[in-house]
Amino acid sequence: MSLKGVGAVTGIGETRYSRASGKTVLALQLEASLMAIRDAGLDPKQIDGLVPYAGSGVVAEDLATAFGLPDVRYAASTPMGGASCVAAVQSAIAAIAAGICRHVLIPIGRNGSSGARIGMRVQHMPQFRTIGEFEMPIGAIAPAQLYAPMARRHMELYGTTSRQLAEIAVTVRRHAILNGNAMMTKPLTVEDHQASRMIADPLRLYDCSLESDGACALVVSAADLARTMRARPVNVLGIAEGHPDSPSAITQRTDMTRLGIAKAAPRAFEMAGVSHADIDVAEIYDCFTYIVLCQLEDLGFCAKGEGGRFVMGGTIGLGGKLPINTHGGLLSQAHMVGMNHIVELVRQLRGEAGAAQVENARIGLVTGYGDMGDGSIAIMQRGAHA
Amino acid sequence: MSTDTYDKPVPEITPESKPYWDGLNEGRLRLQRCSACGKVRHYPRPLCDACYAFEHEWIDASGRGRVHSWTVAHHPFHPGFKPDLPYVLATVDLEEGVRMNAPLRGVDPSALKVGLAVHVVFERATDGLTLPAFVPAG
Repeated sequence: MSLKGVGAVTGIGETRYSRASGKTVLALQLEASLMAIRDAGLDPKQIDGLVPYAGSGVVAEDLATAFGLPDVRYAASTPMGGASCVAAVQSAIAAIAAGICRHVLIPIGRNGSSGARIGMRVQHMPQFRTIGEFEMPIGAIAPAQLYAPMARRHMELYGTTSRQLAEIAVTVRRHAILNGNAMMTKPLTVEDHQASRMIADPLRLYDCSLESDGACALVVSAADLARTMRARPVNVLGIAEGHPDSPSAITQRTDMTRLGIAKAAPRAFEMAGVSHADIDVAEIYDCFTYIVLCQLEDLGFCAKGEGGRFVMGGTIGLGGKLPINTHGGLLSQAHMVGMNHIVELVRQLRGEAGAAQVENARIGLVTGYGDMGDGSIAIMQRGAHA
Repeated sequence: MSTDTYDKPVPEITPESKPYWDGLNEGRLRLQRCSACGKVRHYPRPLCDACYAFEHEWIDASGRGRVHSWTVAHHPFHPGFKPDLPYVLATVDLEEGVRMNAPLRGVDPSALKVGLAVHVVFERATDGLTLPAFVPAG
């Protein structure tokens, strides 16, 4: 059985993003959820599946209680850090395919800016037990410090440069400025990037994503129902997750320049029955610029080691061969753990992306990346609407 | 330094990892070797991923290795490390075929390169905790 065409995104919701929401994470998630449910043309009580984000502290019980859901038939979570959101869509569609439920709510929300800092949070997560015992005591505390050696290795092996990473930050910033709900609204140049302070060499400030308050949410529905719902459906053609070798510590990975998505991508493309040339727009998880570059290789848009050259010359900007992160991404819109990437892809494929609309976008791709290398990918298509 | 004034993260030591940490206190870098198939593994864990045997012995590593990659930490993600900035964190391929992260002392960051030969040293953190670090070999 394939999950191709079984499910569609039928609703999206997104709060304003800010540095200090003044609201609880639950209230933020309910606000985005309600928007997504109404966008789908549903009443909340029709939601029969819940896949909340494991890292936000909001659990299925909170959502069921808040909306008074009478009959939740499926509740799960996909604890893969930044790969969770796309993996949650896979979980939802698998449950729909099995006939368990029909309309699944997938919310995320956080006070990532005004709440606890990322470096301090990591120490208390069970998936980082190995790092917590053996690497944090020696001073490798935060994702930036743990991922920087991957980027350095790539630079040493393939000649990748900081200016190539800058190209990603600058391009994504240009897209954020078009968005209207982005935290970063000032233009960024390669020189600004090169002059920004070093965080964990070779990663500079503008190689790193934002910390944000806010929420966004999806409704994923059975495809046979989606055609006649309120909004034009966006069908999921291919979806997969992949876990790297030695997922608990990058240090121990045979090839630290290869991420879990390298295993997932061929499965998703095969399921979807599309080729790389068919992808009109790609929303690539961008916790750090280097992670974008590495995923472009692992996705197969270019060979391993060619990512630095691939991103140059306008390829990844609007109007280029493969426009990426048309909303501004985690680098310049907001860090919503990649749910904002899914929301943006749906907007693009509905034709509702405003100034950042990719002309005639029909097929697009979104990725997740997290927890030291887990990957997830969905290939989606603009659906028919009755 | 006494344990009460030490302000960096400390490991939560488990029965499986205790011989590793005890070894560091004794100035030894110890690695697990599977008793059934002989595969050396690190960081410490309960099971051999090649043959699934729990039984293992602890061997003393030579302490020699080569730089696989590195970062130079400039931003304090933890207040305890602020006085150390900037510091080099090296990912090192040990001669025994496993890899580990540890600070690399005594190297100008501009001289860092893949393959740089290093050896382990032992840094006393508290009365009960010693941490590994590397210095350039020779």
